[in-house]
Amino acid sequence: MATTGSGAAAPASHATSIGWTRADMARRVARDIGRGWTVNLGIGIPTLVADHLPAERCVTLHSENGILGVGPKPESDPDPWIINAGKEVVTVVPGASYIHHADSFAIIRGGHIDLSVMGAFEVASNGDLANWATDLNRAPAVGGAMDLAVGARKLWVMMEHVTRAGEPRLVAACRYPLTASAVVTRVYTDLATLDVTPDGFVALEMAPGLSLEALQSRTGTPVRSPSE
Amino acid sequence: MLAQCGGYVPLGYRGAGCMTVSAGATDLPPSIGRARFCTDIGEALAGVRDAMSVMIGGFGAVGQPDALIEGLIDTGVTDLTIIANNAGAGRIGLARLLELGRVRRVICSYPRSPGSVVFEELYEAGNIELEIVPQGTLSERMRAAGAGIPAFFTPTAAGTSIAEGKEVRRFNGRECILETALHADLALIEAWHADAAGNLTYRASGRNFNPVMATAAELVVAQVHHVERNGFLNPEAVVTPGLFVDRIIEIGA
Repeated sequence: MATTGSGAAAPASHATSIGWTRADMARRVARDIGRGWTVNLGIGIPTLVADHLPAERCVTLHSENGILGVGPKPESDPDPWIINAGKEVVTVVPGASYIHHADSFAIIRGGHIDLSVMGAFEVASNGDLANWATDLNRAPAVGGAMDLAVGARKLWVMMEHVTRAGEPRLVAACRYPLTASAVVTRVYTDLATLDVTPDGFVALEMAPGLSLEALQSRTGTPVRSPSE
Repeated sequence: MLAQCGGYVPLGYRGAGCMTVSAGATDLPPSIGRARFCTDIGEALAGVRDAMSVMIGGFGAVGQPDALIEGLIDTGVTDLTIIANNAGAGRIGLARLLELGRVRRVICSYPRSPGSVVFEELYEAGNIELEIVPQGTLSERMRAAGAGIPAFFTPTAAGTSIAEGKEVRRFNGRECILETALHADLALIEAWHADAAGNLTYRASGRNFNPVMATAAELVVAQVHHVERNGFLNPEAVVTPGLFVDRIIEIGA
């Protein structure tokens, strides 16, 4: 499970009301998911993406506990045998299959997942990901985050741009324990959509009313605009 | 035409009633393979001993062999190593086994989850050992054990704290770490349907770790919801062939 604290974090408090909502962020991610992709959505904000994927996009959702073809939450008659990685009762879509754990992670580790979307505590400008532990002295829980981070063909992160205390989550080097090195290719925050490039973060898009300078002031490492 | 699977039974069987062996246990078909039908939990767990390593199937509560866990508690064995995805929730089942002080070491991917109060208390007090394993590495280590592969390299966890002390090699330009096969003395699993050959099917996401654990342990005990009494499971539908299964107990359905 790609569980992170970001899922529980309240939206960052900004001096202004500038910024996208979580639904906006989910819509934005959904727009970039290609037709026919197989996608694993992590716990927290990433699960919201499922609500914005049109059926004609033919996206297959994978849940690492053994479902290929996850459907929405049941409207009635929930079957407690059908749960997702967050242990929520879900449904399966026509054409779905059940798989055991070794096969489910062969799908992940064998490079058969087109995209993994995860929450994170921090992402570094080289694509390093920290999303599994903040303090290794407390009982840690890694789940499938490390497998997804190295196994998925693309790894996108969805998270609030800064912590509740206002500290940047996009950093020069992660302070928290790493989940994987140089794996994140794109980050969707409430303030911007950024690509991870050999030259660091490039802001593809910013929330309406936000200047690059204002975005930079909330980011712990240089952010470039695509034209630079 | 081979007999069809029985109807769905809601999870209401869990809880106090889960120890009840079904009334039909006396009409079990004669076992024809390695697997033997047991008529009570004590028989299913005969021979368990202190200091065993025990794989326990399930992902959260789904596919978890609750009756066998309760039975394991009742045997009184201690100093166990538990290999499972989670480390129990609430104060029942696996959490109760931990709370009773019967577990020396836990090998799992996600010990801290909602309700895992017992594990967290034990861990923070230094009263339990934890080996944290990424979920895919955990299932692959079991698969390797079952397939006779002593160790394998994987990029999962390379460069992280989990890689500390592990051999590192680069393959195709990518850093990988050496992970070893994970065997157990005993696997407790839950399946949906069994037949007289010991073949098993599972239900929905209750499959999870159960089939791979069945390949990786010396003694494999399955609690099943239904035993097929009118023939055999469709060979096309069998997930775990009976050769992996030692003992089967049908739980009240």
